[in-house]
Amino acid sequence: MQIFICPFCGPREESEFHYGGDAGNARPEGADVPAERWGDYLYMRNNPKGAAREVWVHMACGEFFVMERDSVGHTVTATHALTDGKHPE
Amino acid sequence: MTRRYSAFSLFKEGLAGQTGWEPAWRSPAPRKTYDAIIIGGGGHGLATAYYLARTHGIANVAVLEKGWIGGGNTGRNTTVVRSNYYYPESVALYGLAHRLYEGLAKELNYNIMLSQRGMISLCHSMIEMEIAARTVNAMQINGTDAELYSVEDVRRVAPIFNFSPAARFPVFGGVWQGRAGTARHDAVAWGYARAANSLGVDIIQNCEVTDFIVAGGRCRGVETTRGEMRAERIGMAVAGHSSVLAAKAGFRLPINSYALQACVSEPVKPILDTVVLSPGTGVYVSQSDKGEIVIGGALDRIPSYGQRGNLPTLEGVIAGLLEMFPAFGQLKLMRQWAGIVDVVPDSSPIIGESPLPGLFLNCGWGTGGFKAIPAGGTLLAHLLATGRHNDISRPFDLDRFVTGKLIDEAAGSGIAH
Repeated sequence: MQIFICPFCGPREESEFHYGGDAGNARPEGADVPAERWGDYLYMRNNPKGAAREVWVHMACGEFFVMERDSVGHTVTATHALTDGKHPE
Repeated sequence: MTRRYSAFSLFKEGLAGQTGWEPAWRSPAPRKTYDAIIIGGGGHGLATAYYLARTHGIANVAVLEKGWIGGGNTGRNTTVVRSNYYYPESVALYGLAHRLYEGLAKELNYNIMLSQRGMISLCHSMIEMEIAARTVNAMQINGTDAELYSVEDVRRVAPIFNFSPAARFPVFGGVWQGRAGTARHDAVAWGYARAANSLGVDIIQNCEVTDFIVAGGRCRGVETTRGEMRAERIGMAVAGHSSVLAAKAGFRLPINSYALQACVSEPVKPILDTVVLSPGTGVYVSQSDKGEIVIGGALDRIPSYGQRGNLPTLEGVIAGLLEMFPAFGQLKLMRQWAGIVDVVPDSSPIIGESPLPGLFLNCGWGTGGFKAIPAGGTLLAHLLATGRHNDISRPFDLDRFVTGKLIDEAAGSGIAH
């Protein structure tokens, strides 16, 4: 069992966490967003091999946060709260 | 030299000490230009090369494989062949593959060991039985074979299931597809490789694509670890690594890569002669011709390129298996492994031209690529030869993620991939 670190609750088992998509995938705003932009936001993914920046949710506390990890070796290098000012997107 | 496989050639080679067989495929040096290049020497890539040569007469083709052919997902799946889908588009696609599989051993002169032992998708509640009746109706209307099975029918095809009144997952019945079954996965890759090679296709192993050559807004070739190769039509069938190559070509795909695990037990005498799928427990299981119990289950919960999988998902799969088949608790697990699968939001594949003209996609099969190999090969070959879709591949184009015309088989047939 891998241990992830929730920025709010500390180290917890991976089964308490749920993957939430690419970090920085901002929802388009406004009434005249073209279909291509909606398709890009809703469906297209970076899906990197190696260093990844992703949003995860700790299901026990309900908080979303950013996790930086390696998608091959599964090493987690950092986790940040979305509200710590480091994520202007 | 002995080229064809037959009872007579086996006998002749037996007398000659097995010295006359020729290699099943050559290992040629790469040429500078080809009519078409296919990236990925798995089942889909090799099938594409075969149909390009056989159906369309285009044999000046290279298949580029970064490792060894059939060493990726083709060698890592659980060998199930079926076409039990919900939407007409999907039945047309997987039905094409299923029909081609039925004639493949004869066509390729290679025994792919297709064993149509039938498959039961189990229902564990009355509500699931309602959905099963809907699925059976849809499959029959779409022209594929399906029957709604009762508890007694399930008892007949899988007597070792846990039918106890205290079972945590009681059986109410299920969806039966009698033409479903298993095939020897390596033989599918090797059979297509041998047939494509004999038509003149170059199979180039240990050749990784490192970049694309783009000129005049079109893909004109590839840079590889074995030099530059050019072609006006390039196909890509690289399963879990589709996003990695797409990034090199300058676009993104609607794909997340996940590890999908499988495992096999020690071989035992015949005890299970059908394929059992239980969406409720997240497990599917069959017995190989060698006697091993072959077990598969849900995707890992973490997007990953690590070809080994992680423990929580495997624990869940084994727990579900032992609830359904308590007798399997006596077995030892021999091996566990994982393949990297390319999961698409609507659980249907992507077949069509990529945003880079001249580069064509065959990807997004998720957990179900093996059963679709003959269709994936036929359709990508058609795209490469003509530059256009045929009726079966058109609905699976990448443009559905802009138009919103998704083919959501996760909702339709309850298939997880």
